[in-house]
Amino acid sequence: MTRIDRKFAALKEEGKKAFVAYVMAGDPDYDTSLEVIKGLPGAGVDIIEMGIPFTDPMADGPTIQLAGQRALDAGQTLQKTLDMATEFRKTDDTTPIVMMGYYNPIYSRGVPKFLEDAKAAGIDGLIVVDLPPEEDSELCIPANEAGMNFIRLATPTTDDKRLPKVLQNTSGFVYYVSITGITGAAEAQAADVAPEVARIKSQTDLPVIVGFGIKTPDAAESIASVADGAVVGSAIVKLIEEKRPVDEILAYVKSLADGTHRA
Amino acid sequence: MAEDLFNSFMNGPDENGRFGDFGGRFVSETLMPLILSLEEEYERAKTDPTFWAQMDDLWKHYVGRPSPLYFAERLTEHLGGAKIYLKRDELNHTGAHKINNVLGQILLAMRMGKTRIIAETGAGQHGVATATVCARFGLKCVVYMGAHDVERQAPNVFRMRLLGAEVVPVTSGRGTLKDAMNDALRDWVTNVHDTFYCIGTVAGPHPYPAMVRDFQSIIGKEVREQLQEHEGEGRLPDTLIAAIGGGSNAMGLFFPFLDDKSVNIIGVEAGGKGVNEKMEHCASLTGGRPGVLHGNRTYLLQDDDGQILEGFSISAGLDYPGIGPEHSWLHDTGRAEYVSITDKEALEAFQLSCKLEGIIPALEPSHALAHVTKIAPDLPSDHIIVMNMCGRGDKDIFTVAKHLGFDMKTSD
Repeated sequence: MTRIDRKFAALKEEGKKAFVAYVMAGDPDYDTSLEVIKGLPGAGVDIIEMGIPFTDPMADGPTIQLAGQRALDAGQTLQKTLDMATEFRKTDDTTPIVMMGYYNPIYSRGVPKFLEDAKAAGIDGLIVVDLPPEEDSELCIPANEAGMNFIRLATPTTDDKRLPKVLQNTSGFVYYVSITGITGAAEAQAADVAPEVARIKSQTDLPVIVGFGIKTPDAAESIASVADGAVVGSAIVKLIEEKRPVDEILAYVKSLADGTHRA
Repeated sequence: MAEDLFNSFMNGPDENGRFGDFGGRFVSETLMPLILSLEEEYERAKTDPTFWAQMDDLWKHYVGRPSPLYFAERLTEHLGGAKIYLKRDELNHTGAHKINNVLGQILLAMRMGKTRIIAETGAGQHGVATATVCARFGLKCVVYMGAHDVERQAPNVFRMRLLGAEVVPVTSGRGTLKDAMNDALRDWVTNVHDTFYCIGTVAGPHPYPAMVRDFQSIIGKEVREQLQEHEGEGRLPDTLIAAIGGGSNAMGLFFPFLDDKSVNIIGVEAGGKGVNEKMEHCASLTGGRPGVLHGNRTYLLQDDDGQILEGFSISAGLDYPGIGPEHSWLHDTGRAEYVSITDKEALEAFQLSCKLEGIIPALEPSHALAHVTKIAPDLPSDHIIVMNMCGRGDKDIFTVAKHLGFDMKTSD
């Protein structure tokens, strides 16, 4: 059992939906970013997604693209992102951390070394956008073998024929991408999402969390009500872009968490 | 013979789109089903005589194929060594080899019922070719182009607009060709239901590298026949030379000869200001290492942390930090040799071609020509070099004028 599995078991017992918050590691700089991340559990965040900055984030909209650039310009590296997790773990040993990003920085470090270092840093799961099931032997299978969850994205284009393949080596939870598009784009609609979540749940016992296009506490509530939880990224990152004070950012995160937990 | 077949270099990619360890399908889940259906459609089209009949007809009457294989007599005399032939793909409609591939992909898009075509472009040649074929078939066309390239390739931007395409200047990232490709992928993922992504080179997720190579292979197939007309039955070239950005014109020339062991194959990368630690070049094979970008594993210019670096070249068409995965494989297996040529050397070759052959080449094949001028003098007169003159230089005259200190406004 990973921290992710334990978290979902606990939420289930409480009858609560999961609130997942995404922030880009190192945005706008290492210290501010670490302060935000350390404050997330207190703001009601159940699972933290730490973005790995990458020069070429093909699936992300402008908000996350710029966040990655800010982090890279401030000197963020994969090592520093792992250091942040290590630092976070000194005071929090229960909140799951998922690293989310693109394959090349991980591949560049070397998969075995990355998995060893990530495990040591207290990372619980990975979401790698450009690794579909067709490339499972690259990282997904080694990660699962190392006891780390590999969380797969399912999308509106993942039809019934393909869904079993997508679910096959997925662990921790399934991340349903609510729209065909990039992060921070069109608004997700609960009416569209509900049948899709049901379709996925008919084929797996894993929790299904919905992300992309969720921007407000009300939207988080309505989406979470038809799934096992909701992810918010761009709406939080936008506040960092606007240089809002950390307590203001965390207050907004709390409103999103409260919205989700009302569902 | 059986052993030769077994060791063929022409069997790639495998069913996972791999050339050795290179290639693959590193894309987001949203695009995966579409990429699989594209592969299915391509496999069907490949064995469908009506598809190829349509291609042949368009190649002949719309593009002007076959392009000539021309004996460059004065260049040969000047260099005093090997016999030099130029494959004249710069004479194609739209002025470059790009249209060979675009026709194939647009026919496939129509077979798949797609009505909207997107493309990325660097120098603008692929964008112009795509806009042209879309106009020919009445399809909506959107071309992503780095903001910097929009500025330095203004005539091509205007051409695309005349042809009815929408040109989107890309300012995300650093506003270069790779960022244009990122934005094209973002568009695709958003409009996946009606949109076809027409990739301009032998890169991207499987099946693109193989598909683009197959469409461009018309170049090498014609060379094989045409050289026999010049030199007698059975005569093969001794050396093939082509410039490489992503590497589609080079794959097109090389592929039909990969299993002819006597044929020496050389790809020429853009060395910019020189392949140095400051990375002021685009030589992915000479100065990069394997990584994953834009759907495939291949040699990339990147830093120690796996962040992608910008390439640098006088030629916007070579300005890409990666290279097609099949080239990475041919490099690692040693079947092909890869070298780099600097901006300065390419500019000299550009002028040489103008003066000796009356051909104004694009800056991309000027790189290939520069390597020809390096090796030809030391080769015997019965050694045949075939170089791909893959594009004409009209688009580059402003850049060249600037570097030669010629003021286009006052004409002096």
